[in-house]
Amino acid sequence: MSETSAPEVQSSDLKVIKNVTFEILRYSPEKDEAPKAQKFQVPVIKGMTVLDGLLWIKENLDASLAYRSSCRMGVCGSCGMFINGLPRLACNNQIIHLDADTITIKPLPNYNIIRDLVPDLEGFFDKHESIQPYMIREQVEELNNPTGEFFQSPDELVDYIQFAYCIKCGLCLSACPTVATDDNFIGPQALAQAYRYNVDSRDEGAKEREEELYSSHGVWRCHFAGACSDVCPKGVDPAFAIQLLKQNMFMQKLHVHKHKSATHIIPWATEHVPNEKIPQAPERTVK
Amino acid sequence: MKVEVKHRKNKLGIIGWIGGGRFGAERYAYALHRLTGLGILAYFLLHIFVTGSRIGGQQSWQNAVANFETPIFKFGEFLVFLAFAYHALNGLRLIITELGFMLGKAQRPVFPYVTSVHRQRPLFIGVMIVAAIIIIFGGADFYFI
Ligand code: SF4
Ligand code: FES
Repeated sequence: MSETSAPEVQSSDLKVIKNVTFEILRYSPEKDEAPKAQKFQVPVIKGMTVLDGLLWIKENLDASLAYRSSCRMGVCGSCGMFINGLPRLACNNQIIHLDADTITIKPLPNYNIIRDLVPDLEGFFDKHESIQPYMIREQVEELNNPTGEFFQSPDELVDYIQFAYCIKCGLCLSACPTVATDDNFIGPQALAQAYRYNVDSRDEGAKEREEELYSSHGVWRCHFAGACSDVCPKGVDPAFAIQLLKQNMFMQKLHVHKHKSATHIIPWATEHVPNEKIPQAPERTVK
Repeated sequence: MKVEVKHRKNKLGIIGWIGGGRFGAERYAYALHRLTGLGILAYFLLHIFVTGSRIGGQQSWQNAVANFETPIFKFGEFLVFLAFAYHALNGLRLIITELGFMLGKAQRPVFPYVTSVHRQRPLFIGVMIVAAIIIIFGGADFYFI
């Protein structure tokens, strides 16, 4: 069996390439009347992300700096910030790639600030919840006590898979010019999720989501500025989903919309022969 | 126990929809679409007011029209034309995309991501060129012909 060893870290990889100024907007609700900028000098090495820079500041210069992060690999959606003029994930952007001597970091606009770079995402999640982002089916009993799996073909999966990649980072609402003035606009993230479920061959909830989607704060508030899709770090393309929701509504009015083919239940696989080459999963840690 | 926290408001407001910042050209198109829309609305109100003066008889109509025969109002009229040409053509692009045309198909997201905004860009550029041609010829007609 071939053995893969971890690549050796070259000392040149750890060499400081340059010093970069991090200009961070700080705000402490107990002390400050208004946010104010603070500068830090950060030594940058190859591959260092903006989040690494913030971690370095927290460890070496100012432990009181507040920001959110978790996965540090563009998966959890915690580290959204306004970096050098655009909403971005701090862990998804290397300092060197930003090609600037000063990196300006502000909390995501269009959300209240809790502290420093931590935005309040509560309203964002409320909007997400408002469009019922889950499978709705008439057979409630089957959903609660499944007797099998709802069938879905690979082509049907492609209809919605890109929208299912959303990590709820909230960057899109920060970029959206309609959100900037309309507090009640549902926003690109939630609208994209509504489309994601409406178009899913297993879902039957389009009617239930209709009122919210086509209200005066729904899809028609979007004039395709496209900024949400430009900044989305996962290729969700929420602006696309919103235009497709508009198209669906129009087609519905003309009674020419494509009917989703009904899914059917396929029974659980009864016989399971494990592949010996695949190692056993470890014991569950959460029971 | 829920702790009361004093949150700082950070809504961009009107600056957020007018200022395109470092975002793409379509966001500027959005701002201009709204601004020209408001401009056309203001013009319609003025238009109704002026043409309404006809009710007061021939003299009041002539007085009202005379007020608008200054170079400033002529330029204003040209701005209305410019706004109208842009708003109509960009509106056409929006109708086309809202009907789902020129946006491409849903696909598995593979980095580097190509979005519907990129896919409709030829339409955007085409529409802007047509708007520019109409504005140039219209401007020539206003001032030189
Ligand atoms: S649609 Fe994209 S930008 Fe918006 S919350 Fe989801 S992942 Fe983030
Ligand atoms: S830390 Fe998880 S997305 Fe950046």
